[in-house]
Amino acid sequence: MVEAYLRQSPLSQLALPSRIAAEHGNTGVTMAERQFRRIVNLRGNPKSEEFTKAVKSVLGADPPLMPNSVNTGKDITLLWLGPDEWWIITDADTAPVADKLREALAGQHAVVTDVGEGYTCIAASGASAADTLAKGCTLDFHDSVFAPGSCAQSDMAKAVVVFHRLEADKPSFEIYVRSSFAEYLWRWIENAAEEYGVAVTQ
Amino acid sequence: MLEINCPYCGPRFETEFSYGGEAHIERPKDSENLTDEQWGDYVFMNSNTKGVFLERWVHTSGCRRWFNVARDTVSYQILAVYETGAKPPKLDLRNDV
Repeated sequence: MVEAYLRQSPLSQLALPSRIAAEHGNTGVTMAERQFRRIVNLRGNPKSEEFTKAVKSVLGADPPLMPNSVNTGKDITLLWLGPDEWWIITDADTAPVADKLREALAGQHAVVTDVGEGYTCIAASGASAADTLAKGCTLDFHDSVFAPGSCAQSDMAKAVVVFHRLEADKPSFEIYVRSSFAEYLWRWIENAAEEYGVAVTQ
Repeated sequence: MLEINCPYCGPRFETEFSYGGEAHIERPKDSENLTDEQWGDYVFMNSNTKGVFLERWVHTSGCRRWFNVARDTVSYQILAVYETGAKPPKLDLRNDV
């Protein structure tokens, strides 16, 4: 955990708060940074009942077992990253879960790693959000393939990212990217979205 | 561009993967007592098959898991994808190579 007074988002140089548009009527894409999310990497054997029980007791949600699927609990999101690997995502203002998980999983063949400080999250939504992302990624972003409420790991403009498609009326994606690639990726997406009209939102 | 069906994530483009060379090469058990020639054989001497080749791939930008692929090195067609540790599936081999 970084000292709060030293804490700075990897996109702070872009001064995004000063660009937040009050009105963004006809823009095809709106972008925002979801900064300072807590991300905990969890690995363990989902076939072990002891493991899944311990996880559920702390998080109140099961780790998703279907590839590229997402489970949500109260103030918590679990993304499937692999057959024995998940991300647990919570907002900055919720209590950290890593220590509790470690305690609950003590003695088991499992590992809990706090990785949130190495990432930030870029949100892109709007009617043309999928078209914009498709310019830099080989995934199929159509609803029928990349369904709302699922996730995927891939390359976006050659940066390694984790996509989470939110359950929303219009296409809404959250893109987790390493801090060192964050400014590059933000500029890349904003540039790609220019033809549809792009606005920064809260 | 190959489309590789990752056994965990599903079909993805080749750009998300990295290549790991020939599959099913067993590391010598008594490695401390190997001669240089035996080590060299283990490390460098892979087969260069024309036809069906069993090889390793890793889904670098995805789930980061290793798995095995049976690929025809002439047509580049991927005939099977199977998990590390599993035995290769029986395949109808081409007659003309």
